[in-house]
Amino acid sequence: MPINILMPALSPTMEQGNLVKWLKKEGDKVKSGDVIAEIETDKATMEVEAVDEGTLGKILVPEGTNDVAVNRPIAILLEEGEDSSAVDEAPSGQKAPSEKAASAPEIRKGESVSAPLAEPPKTTALPVSDRALKTNGSAGKIFVSPLARRIAKERGIDLAALTGSGPHGRIVKKDVENAQPGASRQAPPAGGGFPLIPDEQIRALFEPGSYDVIPHDGMRRTIATRMQQSKIVVPHYYLAVDFELDALVKMREEMNSYAPKEDGKPVWRLSINDFMIKALALTLKKHPEANASWTEGGMLRHHNVDIGVAVAIPGGGLITPILRNAQDKSLSQISQEMTELARRAREKKLKPHEYQGGTTAISNLGMYGVKHFTAVVNPPHSTILAVAASEKRAIVKNDQIVMATMMTATISCDHRVLDGANSAELMQTLKGYIEKPIGLVM
Amino acid sequence: MADNQFDIVIIGGGPGGYVAAIRAAQLGFRTAVVEREHLGGICSNWGCIPTKALLRSAEIFRYFDHAKNYGLSVERSAFDLKAVIQRSRGVAAQMNNGVQFLFKKNKITTIWGEAKLTKPGEIVVTASTKSVLGPPVEAPKGALGAGTYTASHIIVATGARPRVLPGLEPDKKQVWTYFEAMNPDSFPKSLLVIGSGAIGVEFASFYRTLGAEVTIVEVLPQILPVEDAEIAAFARKQFEKQGIRILTGAKVTNLDKKSDVVTAAIEVDGKSETISAEKVISAVGVVGNIENIGLEAVGVKTDKGIIVTDGYGRTNVKGIYAIGDVAGAPMLAHKAEHEGVTCVEAIKGLKVHALDKDRVPGCIYCHPQIASVGLTEAKAKEQGREVRIGRFPFIGNGKAIALGEPDGICKTVFDAKTGELLGAHLSGPEVTELIQGFVIAMNCETTEEELIHTIFPHPTLSETMKESVLDAYGRVLNM
Repeated sequence: MPINILMPALSPTMEQGNLVKWLKKEGDKVKSGDVIAEIETDKATMEVEAVDEGTLGKILVPEGTNDVAVNRPIAILLEEGEDSSAVDEAPSGQKAPSEKAASAPEIRKGESVSAPLAEPPKTTALPVSDRALKTNGSAGKIFVSPLARRIAKERGIDLAALTGSGPHGRIVKKDVENAQPGASRQAPPAGGGFPLIPDEQIRALFEPGSYDVIPHDGMRRTIATRMQQSKIVVPHYYLAVDFELDALVKMREEMNSYAPKEDGKPVWRLSINDFMIKALALTLKKHPEANASWTEGGMLRHHNVDIGVAVAIPGGGLITPILRNAQDKSLSQISQEMTELARRAREKKLKPHEYQGGTTAISNLGMYGVKHFTAVVNPPHSTILAVAASEKRAIVKNDQIVMATMMTATISCDHRVLDGANSAELMQTLKGYIEKPIGLVM
Repeated sequence: MADNQFDIVIIGGGPGGYVAAIRAAQLGFRTAVVEREHLGGICSNWGCIPTKALLRSAEIFRYFDHAKNYGLSVERSAFDLKAVIQRSRGVAAQMNNGVQFLFKKNKITTIWGEAKLTKPGEIVVTASTKSVLGPPVEAPKGALGAGTYTASHIIVATGARPRVLPGLEPDKKQVWTYFEAMNPDSFPKSLLVIGSGAIGVEFASFYRTLGAEVTIVEVLPQILPVEDAEIAAFARKQFEKQGIRILTGAKVTNLDKKSDVVTAAIEVDGKSETISAEKVISAVGVVGNIENIGLEAVGVKTDKGIIVTDGYGRTNVKGIYAIGDVAGAPMLAHKAEHEGVTCVEAIKGLKVHALDKDRVPGCIYCHPQIASVGLTEAKAKEQGREVRIGRFPFIGNGKAIALGEPDGICKTVFDAKTGELLGAHLSGPEVTELIQGFVIAMNCETTEEELIHTIFPHPTLSETMKESVLDAYGRVLNM
């Protein structure tokens, strides 16, 4: 029987995606593990691998199609011995499930993307070429024991947000009992804002024809949801500190002059931001109470400092690739890694594990000449550092007005995790690293 | 690799050890098992299996006695004790051969003798000094013998032996352990069984069915102390109907042995009485075999007679593991097997789950049979759970009536809040074959809903299981 290939769910919140490109043609032989298509989500472009062997019988969704719903059949795979006439056997579109559907939710090699809700015969959910993706897709069937499902319902736990520890990633009682009760309930409905005022009322305030309606893309919705969630749930407070950068600027120039060269070009070039990443990493290592995440069950105090660095996407939106174990990396390592992550972020080529998680974040708007700003904490982080522009200012030193290169950075903190004094001490440590940057290389 | 070097050496070829060995071989480990007496261990040779053979003889004998109930006639029912025992020994021998075959098939080396840990990664094997229970078993063909052997991983699976209480020491003649009870020279007219656990009640059942006067003495207030109180009370009633005398809360203080009779002094409710019987079976539990295997030499931690392990068989000493009876209760063959497999898979680095003792089923093959898994009602309440209890008597089951076995009960314990199946407790015909349905249900974390949605075939005894679940939720159909 021909196998329907379905639009995979690449992340728990994904409901639809764009089919960017087919890498196989109709009639091509396909082996398990072959990359057959590229799919774009709100955050990334990802490769889709075949699970079964066969021949690509028919492409149902042409490349360049946007907003393809998760679990919609996108192609039909013919098994050995079947010819293209068999294509008709596989129902196109989301038709009624047949009797064989019950056998579908069998997890296949290396994937945790789950089987669809309305299963056509012998349906295969596609794996994603990324082992880090461990969630049960929210749009598909979630593998969960009946008992775990019931406990989750009682406690208001969102199963889609859990990772199963049972056989084949099945969510079992233990996983639900270890989850934060009610945590997911605080979130507004996934994939959209939490409308304070109904759309019609907002539109009514403006002259018809005086505006265009631009549909939200996935990234916009994700940003809306996450930021709104944070501002509703996370009690923010902010501390702004001025930093004198002259020593850092000088050291940066010197270090850059020592950068090894390849084809006449330096292999790396340190930016002020690279120094900020390193300084924040060492600071948090010294203040473990701040390198933490709030959970209802207890504070998660992280061993490593994983820093999300906000990268603006050309054409709108942003994504924060995570620079992991920043405390153990040299400035040149940080610089090279950051350059690569930012490049792939702009190209939307990051994999979920490269932008999910992290313990803190940095947002730098210095290049735009911004003097001071505050950023929104992105849970599970408990802090975010907003770095403004460096500029020459007249300051008072030893009762003399002198010129210095100054920069204002503002930390936003989750008051559930940190109190004001903690954060103030943290900023003092940060100031020490930035104003005496030799500490960053010792 | 030299002949005396292995990846895994397992000390003891019982159900835990031999199954662990097969799994180890499957995973590509060079594996050896040290055995001092008989492959298959107590289970195959002197425990689970031969007793089931004896009890089967008793069961058929009971059918003869009740032939009239089925419209049949038997002229004279009688038994030939020698033949009954011979059959039981034959069954044991067959099991033993089976293990030898499996070892050969899986290229597992047998080392014949007694092992002693000398240092981590090393054992010294010497010829066995244990007095053998039956006719001596030859070392299997191709087995290695005394010598020094090394292995990266050593699994202690030395099992258990009958517990001996002071004053009740078995003497092989008049005071038996299960070994003698399984292999008697003559049929005792009267029998005193001390202890009402699985071993005690199985022998009581066997001997009573074949006509002996049987008394069971239990020190605790309830027979079958680990079972649900309701099941124990039900079984007690059935045993007493069969003519077994039962004393609970009773302590044997002294055994006075004469040439043909043993008189036991018993304290019950502060009063003393005496019971005389031709033979006494001491069935007061088993204790782990932790002695003389060099545990002290390598510093393996033990506690109250068992080796302390972490749920994956690991002891406090790297490279030394323990599984089965010697690693603690419940001392059951299937628990040992499971631990053996888990232990070996953890060594291999596979993803395994530690043993959940609340999901180890237990089966007793007395008449009526008893089977259980999970928490008793009392234990569940002790844990502060709010429970829903379901009960269904076999008298409401068509198949049980057709079999002429209407005495039985199926009890289920659910968590009232979540519908989690906490325990199942059965007594009645073939319940040892039924319990596995509940074990699977528990392992898959079903709630009452899935059980209620499951179709149980008609007519089968298993329908009592579904009815019990229905009863817990006020929906019982056939009562």
